[in-house]
Amino acid sequence: MSESIDTPVGPPIPPARQELTLVERVSSQMGISPEDYMLPAEREIRMLSPEGTLLPAEQQGTGPGHEYPIPSDEVLLEAYERLMVGRRVNDQNTALVRQGRLAVYPSSHGQEACQVAAAMCLEDNDWLFPTYRDTVAVISKGVDPLDVMVSFRGDWHCGYDPKEHKTAAQATPLTTQLLHAVGAAHAAVLRGEDTVVLAMCGDGATSEGDFHEALNFAAVFRLPVVFFVQNNGYAISVPLARQSAAPTLAHKAVGYGMAGERVDGNDLVALMAALRRAVDLARTERIPLLVEAHTYRMQAHTNADDDTRYREREEVKEWAAKDPVLRMETYLRDKGVLDEAAAARVSEHCETVAASLRDAMNADVNPDPLEMFDHVFSEPTQQLREQRDWLAEELAAEAAEGRADQAAKEGAR
Amino acid sequence: MTTVTETKPAAQSAKPAKLTFAGALNAALAHSLEARQDVVVFGEDVGTLGGVFRVTDGLAARYGTDRCFDTPLAESGIMGTAVGMALNGMRPVVEMQFDAFAYPAFEQVASHLAKMHNRTRGRVELPVAVRIPYGGGVGGVEHHCDSSEGYYAHTPGLKVYVPGTVEDAYLMLREAIDSPDPVVFFEPKKLYWSKADLDLEDLRATYESGERREGSAVVARQGTDVTLVTYGPSLPTALKAAEAAAEDGVSVEVVDLRSIVPLDDDTVCASVEKTGRALVVAEAQGFASVASELVARIQERCFHSLASPVRRVTGFDIPYPAPKLEEHHLPSVDRILDVIDDMQWED
Ligand SMILES: Cc1ncc(C[n+]2csc(CCOP(=O)(O)OP(=O)(O)O)c2C)c(N)n1
Ligand SMILES: [Mg+2]
Repeated sequence: MSESIDTPVGPPIPPARQELTLVERVSSQMGISPEDYMLPAEREIRMLSPEGTLLPAEQQGTGPGHEYPIPSDEVLLEAYERLMVGRRVNDQNTALVRQGRLAVYPSSHGQEACQVAAAMCLEDNDWLFPTYRDTVAVISKGVDPLDVMVSFRGDWHCGYDPKEHKTAAQATPLTTQLLHAVGAAHAAVLRGEDTVVLAMCGDGATSEGDFHEALNFAAVFRLPVVFFVQNNGYAISVPLARQSAAPTLAHKAVGYGMAGERVDGNDLVALMAALRRAVDLARTERIPLLVEAHTYRMQAHTNADDDTRYREREEVKEWAAKDPVLRMETYLRDKGVLDEAAAARVSEHCETVAASLRDAMNADVNPDPLEMFDHVFSEPTQQLREQRDWLAEELAAEAAEGRADQAAKEGAR
Repeated sequence: MTTVTETKPAAQSAKPAKLTFAGALNAALAHSLEARQDVVVFGEDVGTLGGVFRVTDGLAARYGTDRCFDTPLAESGIMGTAVGMALNGMRPVVEMQFDAFAYPAFEQVASHLAKMHNRTRGRVELPVAVRIPYGGGVGGVEHHCDSSEGYYAHTPGLKVYVPGTVEDAYLMLREAIDSPDPVVFFEPKKLYWSKADLDLEDLRATYESGERREGSAVVARQGTDVTLVTYGPSLPTALKAAEAAAEDGVSVEVVDLRSIVPLDDDTVCASVEKTGRALVVAEAQGFASVASELVARIQERCFHSLASPVRRVTGFDIPYPAPKLEEHHLPSVDRILDVIDDMQWED
């Protein structure tokens, strides 16, 4: 084979064999075995019991290579506020779908702890690559909720500027965004930027080829990417057992040469701790990591889905008892971090966001049909200009007809 | 994500009062599973759930999970394993959940499914039916509304079917499953809940009588002045336009292609030669499309019968727009009438 075909250009490839492999180096720096570094801890990381009490250290699932300092009360209170806003946004949007104001809304009700932690573990310069279900994460990253809703209202495919917010357009074709995330991290490395990229996907999505390609690229090029998998047990109707025969999804990391960890996805404290450490490691060591959060989608896949066809009500009820909101609230109240004044402030914040969503989604905003031709290319082609003129003429004729009808009606009166 | 409002599963009784398009497809799958043991149905959510459009409703329960089953969420995996299954004696019917989610499988389709017969000098047949719910007009968000038939029609070795009526939904899916060649079978989403007064047992008997009309177009409405050539999701729109044109004294003939590959040039040309005018109506964007191919063929074959240039009403050359804008993108009755008006009637 000729050399030009197989010689990659550009990206700095780590030497084929250093004295130590990356895993060996990172683990020896941490003073642990490569196995302790790469393999998930024996059980999922959990800080809070479902009742909201702090578990004793030996029950948190932590250990050598799996140490997760608990964030400060201040950070946790902020996380709680975002959690409450996230829940309110989810439920307001679900109501708006029912009222016919939104085209669709895949709710993350039950998964809000994952959503909030995914955004809060990042610094301003870090990128987020979300899916259709990650609206709350996008909002938590700082995008205006009304801009996020532009796509679900059916006005346009994405309502915010991904570059401004370092938040990619929410992706629907499953796991395609993971490769974009890896590319973005690669670009950051090439440009000498201090950027970590966090890329989200679901349990079902881990079956797609792009998932595996993304993990492999990230590991081979040693890129600072945190792959965050929300394992809610289902891909629409299909349970996890049909997606993977691995011990856990976190174990998948090992085959690519990266570390995997699993976390209680309804425990905001554990999520904050685990994701912050993953982001720190990604940044300081320039390595990818995989974090799997075990959670549950409390509602149907979307408004078009009927989940009674594939899961028992009993199971849904069991998960309701593990709700992330109540757990966090109890913990912070018992700790005295969340007092009445703080609770009132949070609830007011939630109502303000919900009211603005209601007002905006109930207003009849209609996008300009002629804009359909404006963004296909940087400059419309001749064909697009012709088609735009055709539609403009049609719209003008319709408007004139409407005016004539109106005049006739008024004349008749 | 699915965005189309859920509707009741297809009726299972032998004589439904009204048969839906989705119900006809469901019955065609059931009857094929009964008729031959090598048929297997698989894809995402086709088992327990019965498909996001309920087209496979009840099949896993009735025929067993060896014959109708959910796969891991991987379209390339579904298509690639279908190729392997067909190579080794099975007759897979696979579902791509939505038009745009079939793209990860395209390599398997274009590089293997379409070519294997030719590569092996005819030694290997790959009787795979690929069902794809497709097209817009249902308020779906992006990636749920693509008209992707052009990609497949452009790939030699694939048959491409697009039924536009409840009857054809049944008969053509059975033909697709029985075909020795791979067939990409497009199911217009907006027609899923359309209904017809049809008896399933009659349909079954019609099909099983052995009479075949594979690859033939049909004149869906007789007329004398202009021919609308159309298929699938645009058929009802074309028929409505013909109805409206009749009120203005223009007699429109509507040809329903049904099958894009193979293409029934004879039926199309016979109609155009009779009327002297042709207008192709299709939802897909027009540039380098099935509609372009039709215009070229009509021009080549019927030039001397034409009283006016062959015209097209198609989707614009833009990515499928968001739900609030799709009505402006899709071929409408008014747009069809405007173009008919413009087809040189004065001379
Ligand atoms: C490539 C591709 N195939 C199919 C779909 C249709 N689809 C949308 S969501 C979904 C299930 C995804 O499950 P999971 O990854 O577990 O995420 P969850 O919805 O549970 O958050 C499917 C099959 C899609 N969006 N993209
Ligand atoms: Mg899931």
